[in-house]
Order: sequence, then structure tokens, then C-alpha cells
Amino acid sequence: CLGDLDLQPIDPDVTTSRSAYNSPEAYKQGLAKLYASFILTGQQGPAGNSDITTSDEGNSSFLRQMWNMEELTTDEAVWSYPNDFGGTIFNLHYHSWLPTDGIGAFAYARIMNSVVLANEYIRATAGSSDPDLQLYNTEARFIRALSYFYGLNLFGKMPFVTEANLPGAFLPEEIIRTDLFEYIESELLAIQDEMGEPKFEYGRADKAACSMLLAKLYLNAEVYLGAGNERYTQAITELNKVITGPYSLAPNYLNNFLADNNTSPELIFSFNSDGRYSQSYSAVWTIIKGNAGNGGFSGLRTTSALVGKFAPTDPRAHFLKEDVGQSLEIEAVNNTKQGYGVNKFRNVTSTGQIPDDGTDFIDTDYPLFRLGDAYLMYAEAVLRGGTGGDINTAVGYINQLRNRSGDPAIGNITSGQLTLDFILDERARELYWEGHRRTDLIRFGQFTGDTYLWPWKGGVSEGIASEPFRSLFPIPADDRALNPNLTQNAGYPGGN
Amino acid sequence: QEVRVSGRVTSSDDGSPLPGVNIAEKGTSNGTISDTNGNYGLAVKSGSTLIFSFVGYASQEVEIGGRTTIDIVLETDILALSEIVVVGYGQQEKKDITGAVTDISTKDFNRGVITSPQDLLVGKLAGVSVTTASGAPGSNATIRIRSGSSLNASNDPLIVIDGFPVERSVISGISNPLASINPNDIETFTVLKDASATAIYGNRASNGVIIITTKRGKAGKPVFNFNTALSFSTPIKYYDVLSGDEYRTLVNELAVDGISGINQTALDKLGTANTDWQREIYRTAVSSDNNLSASGSIKNIPFRASYGYTTQQGILRNTDLQRHSLNLSVTPLFLDNHLKVNLNVKGSNVVNNFGEQGAIGSAVTFDPTQPVRDPDSAFDGYFSWANLGAGQGGTSNPVAQLEQTDNVGTVNRILTNAEIEYKFHMLPELKLNVNAGLDYSESDGYNRVPITAEFLRVTNSGVTTTTGRDNTYSGVNRSALLDVYLNYAKEIGIQKFDVTAGFGEQTFLRERFSSSAFADGTNLREASDPSENYLRSFFGRLNYSLNDKYLITATIRNDLSSRFSKDNRSGLFPSIAVGWRIKDEAFLANVNFLSDLKVRASYGITGQQDIANDYPALALYTASDSLATYEFGGVNYVTLRPEEYDANIKWETTATYNLGVDFGMFENRLTGSVELYRKNTDDLLSNIQVPAGSNFSNFLDTNIGSIESKGVEVSLQGVPISNGKLTWNAGLNFTYATNEITKLLLVDNPDFLGLERGNVGVAQNIQNHQVGYAPFSFFTFQQVYDAAGKPIEGLFVNRSGDPTAVVGNNRNKYRYQKPVADYLIGVNSRVSYVNWDFAFSGRLSLGNYVYNNNLSGRAFYNNIYGLDHFRNVPRSIYDTDFVNQQQLSDYYVQDASFFKMDNMSLGYTLNDLFASKLKARFSLTVQNAFIVTKYDGIDPEVDGGIDNNIYPRPRVFLLGVNLDF
Repeated sequence: CLGDLDLQPIDPDVTTSRSAYNSPEAYKQGLAKLYASFILTGQQGPAGNSDITTSDEGNSSFLRQMWNMEELTTDEAVWSYPNDFGGTIFNLHYHSWLPTDGIGAFAYARIMNSVVLANEYIRATAGSSDPDLQLYNTEARFIRALSYFYGLNLFGKMPFVTEANLPGAFLPEEIIRTDLFEYIESELLAIQDEMGEPKFEYGRADKAACSMLLAKLYLNAEVYLGAGNERYTQAITELNKVITGPYSLAPNYLNNFLADNNTSPELIFSFNSDGRYSQSYSAVWTIIKGNAGNGGFSGLRTTSALVGKFAPTDPRAHFLKEDVGQSLEIEAVNNTKQGYGVNKFRNVTSTGQIPDDGTDFIDTDYPLFRLGDAYLMYAEAVLRGGTGGDINTAVGYINQLRNRSGDPAIGNITSGQLTLDFILDERARELYWEGHRRTDLIRFGQFTGDTYLWPWKGGVSEGIASEPFRSLFPIPADDRALNPNLTQNAGYPGGN
Repeated sequence: QEVRVSGRVTSSDDGSPLPGVNIAEKGTSNGTISDTNGNYGLAVKSGSTLIFSFVGYASQEVEIGGRTTIDIVLETDILALSEIVVVGYGQQEKKDITGAVTDISTKDFNRGVITSPQDLLVGKLAGVSVTTASGAPGSNATIRIRSGSSLNASNDPLIVIDGFPVERSVISGISNPLASINPNDIETFTVLKDASATAIYGNRASNGVIIITTKRGKAGKPVFNFNTALSFSTPIKYYDVLSGDEYRTLVNELAVDGISGINQTALDKLGTANTDWQREIYRTAVSSDNNLSASGSIKNIPFRASYGYTTQQGILRNTDLQRHSLNLSVTPLFLDNHLKVNLNVKGSNVVNNFGEQGAIGSAVTFDPTQPVRDPDSAFDGYFSWANLGAGQGGTSNPVAQLEQTDNVGTVNRILTNAEIEYKFHMLPELKLNVNAGLDYSESDGYNRVPITAEFLRVTNSGVTTTTGRDNTYSGVNRSALLDVYLNYAKEIGIQKFDVTAGFGEQTFLRERFSSSAFADGTNLREASDPSENYLRSFFGRLNYSLNDKYLITATIRNDLSSRFSKDNRSGLFPSIAVGWRIKDEAFLANVNFLSDLKVRASYGITGQQDIANDYPALALYTASDSLATYEFGGVNYVTLRPEEYDANIKWETTATYNLGVDFGMFENRLTGSVELYRKNTDDLLSNIQVPAGSNFSNFLDTNIGSIESKGVEVSLQGVPISNGKLTWNAGLNFTYATNEITKLLLVDNPDFLGLERGNVGVAQNIQNHQVGYAPFSFFTFQQVYDAAGKPIEGLFVNRSGDPTAVVGNNRNKYRYQKPVADYLIGVNSRVSYVNWDFAFSGRLSLGNYVYNNNLSGRAFYNNIYGLDHFRNVPRSIYDTDFVNQQQLSDYYVQDASFFKMDNMSLGYTLNDLFASKLKARFSLTVQNAFIVTKYDGIDPEVDGGIDNNIYPRPRVFLLGVNLDF
């Protein structure tokens, strides 16, 4: 006869919560999961044993959907396959997304999943006197703040859970946007001095990453908190910490987007990929494998509005054009041959070597924060009236970016040419396809409305105005159905 | 005054002695069993009546009068009503049964079934649907009794083979867990449908129980049976796609307007061949099935031994199955017949060559203007798009896929158990039963493709390299069983009691190991996930009858499952049923046309705990595999993830109400039954969405939701003609069933669009679970048609009233039909005239719908050319003229109602050959003889309702010879 029925798992890859952290290595593995939760999708590469259940695990990577929401909604990127996500993916181009769309729901679920994983890890490492564990605990708080930052930026308000909320089947409370801003700010300020020194270990968030996140929070503060709540001076304070640190511009622009970009001195914080050991169908995979014109599955192209922002000689313009069968203008959104491909991200090294992984996956890391962005943010914060920086330094930074790849030079700008409009365009030229565009357009008041139109905005080829409430995504209908504590954003069905 | 009566029981068949016949003194619990030579002896009151009963034979009642020797010849029973039926933990006379129980034995089975035992049942029983997954050799089949009662937990019935409840999960290397059982060894299937019958199996009984009893030996001189069958299988139908010439014409027309991006560069890639790819991949398959059995007794021990060898080719080239099976049953009696032992050993070895079923879709799609072989090809001489520079996403040469794949699994299984029944010497009414057994399977297999194959490749920075494949796997399923129970049967005057009580334990261990790598061994990934669960049960049953007219059955079972925590582990599952044999009432005594009438009513609760997760209540952490590590500082770290869990997860329960009437007319020439049922499942073990932030995933295994199923079942069996030369048996069964989700979320909210199911593309689903609808209802846009009835591309009904565009707004989708049929009607007939016999069996299915993904995925002009290569299209592209894919249109949800003639068989029997020593029967059987349907795919019967590149079921012609000697 059997003894009691309290069976414990017999799979050596599975442990119970009591025995999971029985070694120092296990704590680092737990930490690795928090970072991995932004780019990988589960415990098997490239897909399998997913962290969250969706209709398509590969598509559910946080990075892929955050990227879609930041880029497909703008002039920078166009998707080819209209039936994806139950026929809702083109809603991003047309500014017609709805609470029932899948893409927002995937990103939202991933954000909250990263939060609950971080909460569990914070509980597991709380109160330790081990300096390693104390640092891990601090980084877990950074990860949680970063996740909530994306919630703040994309959805405004979010369900709010901290390490005080144990897992169950309860209904989390809602946190409104201003409170969420303050929570993220207070967390980042609290951990800032405890974070690792810059560049202490590649792939882990350091003090510079913490400052970059704070600077992004501050630069967009008027969006999050309302007009008049500017924090440009605080932004410059944080950016100065980043700029004076050990990070430096890569000598060649492209080195930030290649298979060995982990060696770029410019990357402050990245989501890491490895073609052999860290496989996923994240955004890095789609923007390299799914790019039209490079022999991939032709999922992505760009609009003529982005192409038109570049001087013909700009060394940062990497497009796949007519010579590989792509045309500039897009007459049909689903025509994979219309619209240039973007050849900025590649899975080759800076010396032209193809990684020897022999897999369908890539080695290129996703540059979430890099020094080039910090330079542009600095210039913008100064222009918008922040103190602690000056316009000449700003012009110098911009010219460094424009000329680093040198040959042929596209020319310096003068302080007179440094206007906000210039900054917005320069950010497009420097940072296109890096997942910043929607946030930038909103900050400059050009995302919705008719101030700026680009092909297929609003669902017509020449572009029309979209409604102002679209600067926030709706809270996914599913979660609102599950959790009556959540309210809808204004403008959407059920919102006010 | 007592007298001792003795005698011998023989069979009317061949005069052989019948062992194991029950001989009872009527109105008492006094009785005995005939020994291995058919002899019996019993002390009874003078003037009493003896009842002789035995499975498969008509019972006889004999007044002893003044006799002391009574020899009895039992007639094999065509019109048996008073049969013994195997039920959970025991047997019961059919007339005493109060639950919904039906059975089917050898003579009623579908003919010509060689690998999948469940095919024997197709269309035969009301309320039981059997859908084979495909036409692949050894393909799995989905069995549903009363449409299942769960949403996420298993909907499979519990299958009990000779008293051993078998593991449901399939071991790798085989598709169908029953394919290791030889259909030739099966004697009967008993199907328990309502809670009264199933609750004794409480923990796994919510979806019904199928009890399979294999053939046993009869005492006497050993007799032999040899049967052999040779069969030929052919495809019934091919997808109607364009020929090479038609395709060239279409492509040239499209090039005029540049549709699908076809320009001169593209046209230059068109070939000159006319290849019918479907005919290249299918064949006429030849199979044979051979069985030899011996049955009889050796030194008074009855036994049956059989050996079967089956080799089955699939109609898809390079797919086949071989099975060796060995079955031994020994049924000795000891201790003056007080100790009965039933030892069963079933061994099998199955080698299944799965081939490459991806070739089925490729053959529909691949460009018909290209040749199979190309002397310039770098890929073992097969024409491949890569030769023409097509990159990732190109379709693959189906013949290369078939021929270059080596995909074989081997499974060895032994299922053995000993059932021991001891009748106490002091108290013969009391019996102790012990059933101990082990079911052990081990498998290993591989799936290999050489590096020279074009269809497995990676593309990196524009450079394409082929990878090949070297995958291996192995697995073990081990289940051990011990049941111990006591049975006490007593008659007191006009009252009969039959009480059973006992306990049981069963353990389940599953181990899986798999490795995948490229053909050169690189990119290796290994995975293993052993897991186990235990069940412990206490059960009891009371059968009570008064005056043989008023019947009560009550059962209770307490189950403990290791899947739940201590506090929630225990589930209590009671049932009660009553029956009234109205025909035995005096007021019907003179109603002569009515030979039998009984009404039954039952209510009971059953439980469910069979979900994929063995540890849903435990807080666990899972390490990642080597391909999902994360890099810090140049070092890749395995990651460690906490798993979502619900510490309070508990039993799912189903309450079943059943009302039944059994009747017989015209001396039981016409018999039948009608059943009405309702099942309500609550606390569904769902893998359900939970509020974001509340657990470690967005879905959780927990108890939320309810389902209600209702139905009507009618079965009729008749013998319209029966005389010396001509006998005609006919049967009809009718099932009407509905199934509706009545609760889905913690708080149901009309704004919730439902849970997506049925993936048909990138994050794209075509089915949906929602309150008020059947599970897996199709969820689509409503197509608008023009005056001529042709669908208008891109135009759908705005059902939400939202001012936004219709497409892209999921609120405009609606639930249109469902995959499960409303009505199932089975018909069967058997006619024998002198030495000839003819039988058929067919099925009518009404109200089942199929999403035709073969069309929705292909029949649009922009599909013809893309990613630098051509793809063929179905001819029905001309019905819609769609330019872009309209995948979410209800146009593709099609009525797949059908009538199938599953089986037709003609036989001729030669008796008395070689001085009566040999009896031979020759037969010709056609399976899948014909299909009547409006559905325009290959086969309207699609398990799950999404038709996408299913291995087609063939038409089979089978020649058989059966020899008894």
C-alpha cells in the first residue's frame, strides 16, 4: 500500500519553492529569469513551456509586442500580414485599435508577468545580509520599475501588486497614472545608489540604466502627469550621470545593431539574444528575419515618411530598396514588395562574420538604452528649458552622433538649427526601429491629430487625423472582464 | 427435504462442455458453478427450480421434479435479455440493471478492423461517438460518451481492460494507446453511461466507462482458430487543385495585372511539367492481419492463447505499422471451485513508421509545373525551390519530404493482471475479490532527415544552410493496480441483496525523454519530464430487489487524489438508482405483444481530476532548458521560474440525471431502450484566465466554470425474420445531444469575448468558449454575399454596431455553429441465408460543422506567388475569386453533415469440411464504402472541426478467411 499521497515532483528540473533557492547559483538563475522575461517567452527555447498562455507563444514576447505598439503605430514600420491577431494587427497602423485586440493584451500580460516574477524574487531575497543577494534584490526592484514604466507609457494605469501580494486568484487594485509615476520614481530613487557600478556586468542593469529610466520618466513627465508638470531639470541631472560615466559612442553607428553588439561601448542596457543558447521569436528576430528585401519572411517594411527624413548621404540610412525589388510607396498595406526594408539590424558581426550557431536564431542584442539616445534626450531637455546643461554641449553631442560614421559627413548643425522639430526628426534618423517612436511622437504632440500625417495613419494611404485619446492604449477587455477593479481609459468603449 | 442434483452442462453449438456456468436454486442464494468438464452438483430443496445462466447463452429454468440428474444443453442466445453484464467490480444480470449500460459483443462488431479496437464500436451504440483522428496506420481515435463533461480536463472515458483501468496518456512512439490491443482478442465492450453505473469508478467516471473483456478459454479439448485477412487501401478522393497546364494559364493571366506580384522574373520560374503531386505521394496500400488462437483446457485448466501479427501500410507512402501481439488467459478453479483465478497476460510489440505527414499539405500546394526530380538539384536530386534562389518560407517538395524522412517509433507493452475470487467455505454468499495488475509500456523512436534534404533549413543573413534532423525519444508508462473487495449476495424470501465494498489503489508513472539535434549532431537539446500521480479509493455498492420487480442500486465512492492538497484531496461520489420491471406486474401479464418493460431512474455524482498537471496545488520552480538561458557578462545562465499554482484546487464534479426505459416486444424479436439524461459539471478544472498580477501566469489550473449537457438516446434491435434458413438482424441507434457552457469565469461578464481556441495562424483563432454556447463554437466574421450568392471580399456584417471598421473589431465576430453533431444515427443490418451472410453498418451525422482551413489557407490569388516561389491553389478559388486571404470569414465554416457507409461485408461459410473437423468462412469487406455529404473537403469527419491537411481515411477492401478446427 502507498504511504500518504503527498507526492513531490520527480523531475530533476522541477523543485519546490522551499528547495528552489538552495544554492547561490540558483539565486542568479532566478535573477536571470527576471531579465529574460522581457525577451524570451518560456522555459524552452525558442518556444515551449511558455510563461503566459496565449494563442501564439512566439508572438507573445514582451519585446515583440512593445516594439509593435511603439513602431507599427508610427511612420517607421508597416506589417504585411493582415490576418494576424485575429485580423486586428493593422489596427495599429490605422489608429483603430480596440480593447479586444490581442496585441495590447499580450504586452499587458507580459508586463504584469514580469512584475509578479520580480515580486516573488524580491520576497525570496528580502532581508539577506549577503551582498550579492542584496544587489540581486535591488535589481529585481529595478526590473519591476521598468515593467511598470512600460505599463505607464502604454496603458497609463495598471493593476498594482507588490511583494506584499502573494499569488492566488484575487482581484488586484488599480493604480492610476499619476500614482504609478510616483511609485516608479520613488522606487528608482530608492535603489539608485544600491545599483551596480556602470558596466559591472554586461546584461545587468547598473546605475546608468537606472538613471536612463529615471531620465525617460522625467522627459515624458508632462505626458504622464499633465502639462505643466515638467521635470526637465531632473532629467538633465540623471543624463549627466549617464554621460559622464564609462559609456562612449561606438565608432561605427551600425556596431550597435550587429551580432557582436555586446562589445559596443555604447550599450547601457540591452535585452540579450544568443542564436544557440537564448532563442526566441522576439522583436530582434522579426526585425532581422522578417524584414522585406533580405530574403526573410517579409513581415516588415517602412514608410516613405521615414525614408524622406534622411539626407541622401546620411550613413545611418540602411534601407533595402528597388535593387532588391522593394518600392518606396505603399499602395496596399499587405503588399510585401511595397515599402523599403530596413537593414539596420543584422545578424552578422562588425567584421562581417555570420555567427556559427547554425540556427534560425540571432545573436544581436536589443539595445534598450544607449548613449546616443542619452545625447539626444540631453539636447531635448535643455531645449525644453531644463537647467544643469547647456545648448552648446547639446549641439556638440548631436554633431558627434551625426559624424561618427564619418565618411561621407552629413555636416554639423549650429545651435540655431537645434530646434524641437529638428530633435524629433533627428531622433527618427538616429533611433528608428529601436522602439521609441510612438513615445517621441506623443511627447511632441504629433502622434494623434493632424499635426503630422504619414502614409496609412488613420487607415488611408495619404494619412488622416486620429483621435487624441489614442495616445493611450485601452486596458485589455479580457482583464477588465476578469477584474472589476479596473477602469477603462477615456475614449474607449466603457471608458470615461 | 434436501436432494442432491448433479449433471453436465453442454453447449448447443458443438456439444462441448461448458465450465463456469452459474447454477442457482431459484429464490435462494444457494448455487454453484460447473467445473471444467461442465459437471456440477448441488444440494437443493426438493421441488425447487434450478436456474442455469452463462454469458452468451440463454438462461434456463428447470424444475427438478423428482430428478437427481439433470443434463442441460444451453442455447447460444441471439435474443438474450437475461445476459450477465460485466459492470464495475462485478457482474450483474441485465434484467436487474438500473443504470444506463449497453454492451456489444463479437458478433456485432464492425468487420475488418485490424489495428484500432475502438473502430469496432463506430456507429454501434447510442450516445457513443468514435472519431478516428486520421487515416494513418494506428491513428488515435477520440471516444466521447455523451459528449464529455469537461472543458480542460480529459473528456476521454475511462477504459477498463479485464478489470484493469488503463492509463489515458499516450506514450511517445504510438498514436493510439489501444493500438497495442489486438481487436481479435476482444469479446465484449460494455459501456457505462450514467452515474449509477459509473459512480463506482467515481474518480474517473465523469465521461463514462468502457469495459473491455477479452476472450477466455472454454474447457474441453483444445480448439483452434486461424484467421487471415489481406486488404487493399486506396484514397477515396483527392483535393481538386489546378493541373500544370491550368496553372500556367492562370499564372499568365494574373501576370498581366501583376497580381500576387507576378512579373517576368517570376514567370521565368514556371516549369514545363504536369505533376500531380497528390498522386505522387499516395499509393494503394497492402496490409495483412493474421491471428492464431487455441482455446481449451490442459489438465483441467481452461486457457486461451493467441498470437496476432499485423502489418499495415498507409496510403501515404513510407507510413506503416507492424504489430505482434500475444494474449494469454488462464482461468483455473481451486479448492472445490471456491477459488477462481483469472490470469491475463497481454503483450505486444508495435513498430509504427509515421513518415512525414507534412507532405500531405505540400502536395496540395506544390507548384504543378515542376518535376519531381531535377538532375541539377543539389538536394539528392529532388526539385527544390532553393535551386531557384527561393529563401525561407518556400514550400517543400512532398516526394522529398516522404522519401528523406525516417520516423519510426517502437512500443513494447505488457498488461497483466490476476483477478482472484474466493468464495468462503463457511459462508458461500460471501466472496473476496483481489485484483492486482501492472501495465507497463516502454517506447523508443527516432525522426531523422539527412542534411541533404532541402526542407529543413536555416537562413542566416541571406545564407541558407540545410540542417537535417536527428531526433530521438523514449518513454515509460507504468501503472500498478491493487483492488480488494468483498461481495455478499443473499436472498431472503422475495428480497435479494447484493453488497460490495472494498478499496483500491492505482499509481501512474510517466517518463519521457527526448533529444533533438541537427543531422550533424549540433544544436542538441535534451528534455525529460518524469511525473507521477496516485489514486486511492474506497467504494461500496448495494443492489436490492424486491419480488424481482422493484430494484434499487446505491453506490458510494470516496477518492483521494495526489493531485490535490491534503485538505482538498478527498472526493465523495454517491449515486442512487431505482428500477421497476413493469412487465412482471400482474396487469401486464396478459399483454402478450409486450415481452419486457422496465423503467429506470438514476442520479449520481462523479468526479474528475485528470488534468495534464500532476502537481497543480504545489508551489514549484522550473529550470529552463539549454536553449532558453540568459546571458550575463558572456556567461549563459539557466533560468529559474516560479510556476503558477492554486493551493486550493479540488475535484471537478458532475451530477448526472438519467431516465431510461427498456422494452421488448413480440417475444423479444424487437428490443430497445430510450434514455434521457442531463449532466451538470461544476467546479470545472479549467486552465482559465485569471486577473493580471494575481499569479505567476495569466492562466491557472483552477476550479472555475460549469457545463451542462443534455440528450436523448434511442436504441432498437430487431429480428424481423428468423427461420431455419434466413435470419435478419437489424439495429438502429439515435442520439441527440447538446452541450453548453453555463459559467466560465469567477464573475461572468458579457463584455468578455470568451476564451480563444482553435489556432489557425499567427495568433489567430477560429474557435471560442463562451457562456451560453457549445464549447469550441466557431467565432468568425459574418460574410456578406452579392445577389448571385458569391461572397464579397472583405465585406462583413457589422454585428456590434460600433462605428469603426468591421474587420479588425473582434466585437463584430459571432459564434457560428460548432464542430460536434446534434444528431447521430447509426444503422446496421445482418442477414444470413443458408451459408451466406451480408452485413452493413453506417452512420448519419447531422449538424456538425467544419472550418475548411485547406481552402481558407490557400484559395486566394495573392497566395499564388510570394517569397520568390509559386504555390498551387484549389480549383474552388473560382467560387470566390478572393484576392486576399479571408481567413476569419464564416464562409469557411461549412456544413459537414454526412452519411457514411462505414462497413459492408459479405461472407460464405463452409461447415463440415474434412469430416466435420474444419469450419471455414470466407469474407469480403469494404470499409469506408461511400460518403454522402455536401462538404467539399476530402472527408467531412474532422475531429475538433478544423480541417487542415489531415491524413485521409482510405477506402479498404479486405479479403478474409476464418478457420475453426
